[in-house]
Amino acid sequence: MIVGNAKPLAEILQMIEPHQKIILAGCHGCVTVCRAGGEKEVQILASALRLAREAVKNPLEIREVSLERQCDPEYLETMRPYAGDYQAVVSIGCGAGVQFLAEHFAALPIYPGINTNFIGVTERQGEWAERCQACGDCMLHLTGGICPIARCSKSILHGPCGGSVDGHCEIDKDVPCGWQLIVDRLRALNMMDSYEKLRPMKSWRTSRDGGPRRIVREDLTR
Amino acid sequence: MKAGSNLEKVLAAGHFAVTAECGPPRGADPEQVRKKTPFLKGFIDACNVTDNQTSVVRMSSLAGSMILAENGIEPLMQMVTRDRNRIALQSDVLGASALGVRNLLCLSGDHQTFGDDPEAKNVHDIDSIQLLDLVRMMRDEGKFPSGKELKGAPKLFLGCAVNPFADPYDIRVPRLALKVAAGADFVQTQCIYNIDKFERYMEDIRQRGLHEKVAVLAGVTPLKSAGMAKFMKRNVAGMDIPDEVIKRISSVGKKEQPQLGIDMCIELIERLKGVEGVRGVHVMAIEWEEKVEQIVSKAGLLPRP
Repeated sequence: MIVGNAKPLAEILQMIEPHQKIILAGCHGCVTVCRAGGEKEVQILASALRLAREAVKNPLEIREVSLERQCDPEYLETMRPYAGDYQAVVSIGCGAGVQFLAEHFAALPIYPGINTNFIGVTERQGEWAERCQACGDCMLHLTGGICPIARCSKSILHGPCGGSVDGHCEIDKDVPCGWQLIVDRLRALNMMDSYEKLRPMKSWRTSRDGGPRRIVREDLTR
Repeated sequence: MKAGSNLEKVLAAGHFAVTAECGPPRGADPEQVRKKTPFLKGFIDACNVTDNQTSVVRMSSLAGSMILAENGIEPLMQMVTRDRNRIALQSDVLGASALGVRNLLCLSGDHQTFGDDPEAKNVHDIDSIQLLDLVRMMRDEGKFPSGKELKGAPKLFLGCAVNPFADPYDIRVPRLALKVAAGADFVQTQCIYNIDKFERYMEDIRQRGLHEKVAVLAGVTPLKSAGMAKFMKRNVAGMDIPDEVIKRISSVGKKEQPQLGIDMCIELIERLKGVEGVRGVHVMAIEWEEKVEQIVSKAGLLPRP
């Protein structure tokens, strides 16, 4: 899923300072699962914003909504009938949701209420960790199912580097060395013979480096 | 000869090579480099010029290399893949060769979180092994990775670094094999304090015959004090300083510790000279260049060829 976390309240208050009537829009997708932007977080944030604004004698009216997904036009359009009654939208969907709202509601300022962090997993309750950088050219079959691009701090393709100690990365003792994990997996899978294979320079064209990306599926667009 | 550097010639002639290290200054004053040169000139075969080590911004390794060269010291330019993509790396390889640099050490570089600019983007378009392969291809095949012909191939004697003390140990020799396959002509090791472990590493290198394909230059750093030893053990990832080394440097008063550190370094070099496959030493006297002559001389490595 796409993992996000809340922006500091003060930052959001600063964004919406000029407004008195806003929509606070959550999303039932990824950000609900990672507890950053679902229905419950909409309620909590709305209360916090109202209280803060009451405290400075500048009350704020908030319409609390939670869209099925902010990354699909059909769900965004459900806001259409009442959007014009408000001065701005704070979205606590991911960065894609925030932008898609901005595209669809051209006359409304759209503010991000969370930071979008990474594509990751729930390692345990309340703890999420990155797994994928969306490079667009998956090589997990070569690396025991563990991604060197996302899991190695230097994204090296021939690791581990000299900074790997006791299974952790040189940058932080709490960061597992991605290449130690890869080597452990390759060994367990009896695939260590592939370790000494020289990997060609990776093409980053399929990653963000090639410019903004788009996928067109002719079978579906027709 | 692949590049015709002094270091390459010294090794080819079968001499025990000596390299040292010089970190460029944190500023634009060339005097800071020049003033170190009398401590090094004539005592070593080539001098590493670091590339923003520990991610702290310094004068570029190319500029530092040129200042050394002007002062009669052969530079061994370090190049990390942390800050430049393949376009900039290739361009700087060409520029360095054009200006007369003949030795290049290919590294990935310390992560930027260690330096003064932890907010910097980390590039890592290619890794250090791919950089070796890239420069080897440019040098030996006269081609860019795109396949386009070079107008003048770079002449660079290619090196890499290894840390025999990092984890997991069992991939350390296979990873060196990868670097050799990619194009490493020589390798400089992380500072050795745990000589027993290093000897085991060399045994594993010999078992694969790698010592015949790559010149191993054993890294040594004289300890200035017991405090330095403890600090490095605690804070430098992959630095293996056995307790008996710390005990020994702590056995004398603070005033005597620098000289004991130098004596211990000399003893270590004497022992390294006897390890089959070790073809030289890399003396990293960090901000202590003035001691290089004493170390090299007392280790019986002067005059240089």
